[in-house]
Amino acid sequence: MPSITVTVNGKSVSAEVEGRTLLVQLLREQLKLTGTHIGCDTSQCGACVVLMDGKSVKSCSVLAVQADGKALTTIEGLASGDTLHPMQQAFKDNHGLQCGFCTPGMIMSGLDIVSRHGNALDEKLIRAELEGNICRCTGYQNIVKAIQQGASDMAVKS
Amino acid sequence: MYEFEYHSPHSIADAVTLVREADEAKFLAGGQTLLPTMKHRLASPEQIVDLGSIDALTGISADEKTLTIGAMTTHADVAASQIVRDTLPALANLASEIGDPAVRNRGTLGGSIANNDPAADYPAALLALGATICTDRRELNAREFFVGMFETALEEDELIVRVVFPRPDRAAYCKFANPASRYAIVGVFVALFDGKAQVAVTGATSYAHRATGIEKVLADGLEVERIDGVTIPVERMNSDIHASAEYRAHLVKVIAKRALSACLDE
Ligand SMILES: Cc1cc2nc3c(=O)[nH]c(=O)nc-3n(C[C@H](O)[C@H](O)[C@H](O)COP(=O)(O)OP(=O)(O)OC[C@H]3O[C@@H](n4cnc5c(N)ncnc54)[C@H](O)[C@@H]3O)c2cc1C
Ligand code: FES
Ligand code: FES
Repeated sequence: MPSITVTVNGKSVSAEVEGRTLLVQLLREQLKLTGTHIGCDTSQCGACVVLMDGKSVKSCSVLAVQADGKALTTIEGLASGDTLHPMQQAFKDNHGLQCGFCTPGMIMSGLDIVSRHGNALDEKLIRAELEGNICRCTGYQNIVKAIQQGASDMAVKS
Repeated sequence: MYEFEYHSPHSIADAVTLVREADEAKFLAGGQTLLPTMKHRLASPEQIVDLGSIDALTGISADEKTLTIGAMTTHADVAASQIVRDTLPALANLASEIGDPAVRNRGTLGGSIANNDPAADYPAALLALGATICTDRRELNAREFFVGMFETALEEDELIVRVVFPRPDRAAYCKFANPASRYAIVGVFVALFDGKAQVAVTGATSYAHRATGIEKVLADGLEVERIDGVTIPVERMNSDIHASAEYRAHLVKVIAKRALSACLDE
């Protein structure tokens, strides 16, 4: 079995994986980081989005071996202690979730949007950028507001 | 996911040898099509040869006449590349509208054209621009390369290394996207070389093609209205839950007109 080393939320981890192990399985089943969700399992819904070397990827459609040597950030890596990351806080403040299933992916995609487009985001851009994230509950309105606020709060707080 | 053997070669020669010597092997680029296909058991290679560690397959460069993009270059990198934006902005725009950000961060030029999905965007650009596909063993022009639905001229163990795009005077790509996947229901790429229009259509038929009917009317003058006079063969159009053949035939003209006017206003 291939052995891989990845940095997950700042910590270096080595793991034995099979060729067929998906990145999302490594995270959830081996590393017990269950904040990353599996919705569709076929790269449509975005529930499984994590950052790999700072870029959003659908972890259901990446092999764990393809992440060898890379730095991963999952939803568990955002808060510092009891203080939520500004993007997480913004989802709370704006009622940006109902059941919460899509939320980890939405937040990670939100961070990817900020890294490429900066802290002042308009609604149209956020909606276009969320193309790959599906929410069955909210109707997106408050998710869009949350990302807008989270992005601008990140400029202040980080 | 079922079991397979995984390889991660560092050279083009090793990658090709691995596929050649296996019973059933596939190259893995970004996995954005191949991995879901394997999960659905529509493909079941016993060996997976990951191209991710071969540096020679990525990179973007340009000279006076051409733009060259490595097969493993992601859609996100093409979309963001200053070289592409300066030399062939229509291609950067096309790449920026493929799927969604996470798909663009993994999906690649080589994977997209090797897959030759009837609704993929890149084939329209390669055909309209008359691009050359360079593999580990030969050079193919786009018209020889795309041969059928999900079919290309590639041999089983043949690896796409890079694509060379001639630089047009102007170009534009427009698509009517499927609202869920963003794949093209109809997409049209128009490129102008010395006042002559080269036009290719994707999404409409079983695989992307050069729109010779449209090119012919535009040879007499580059006016958008001339496209109204073209007859699009309805019987050759795809028909599915997203759009009927009649609707697609209609869209071809509408989108071609939009692409041409975008090209003329560029
Ligand atoms: C949700 C979603 C939305 C999408 N929307 C669009 C869209 O709007 N427009 C669009 O055009 N596409 C779209 N795609 C497809 C996307 O562009 C993929 O990048 C593309 O299909 C290829 O994926 P890949 O590069 O990861 O290749 P892989 O999935 O790794 O490989 C695909 C095939 O190509 C072969 N291959 C890969 N590289 C090479 C090479 N260098 N030489 C020879 N063979 C090779 C593989 O063996 C495999 O058979 C979408 C995909 C998803 C999941
Ligand atoms: S579970 Fe990965 S995109 Fe839906
Ligand atoms: S909050 Fe339930 S899926 Fe988005």
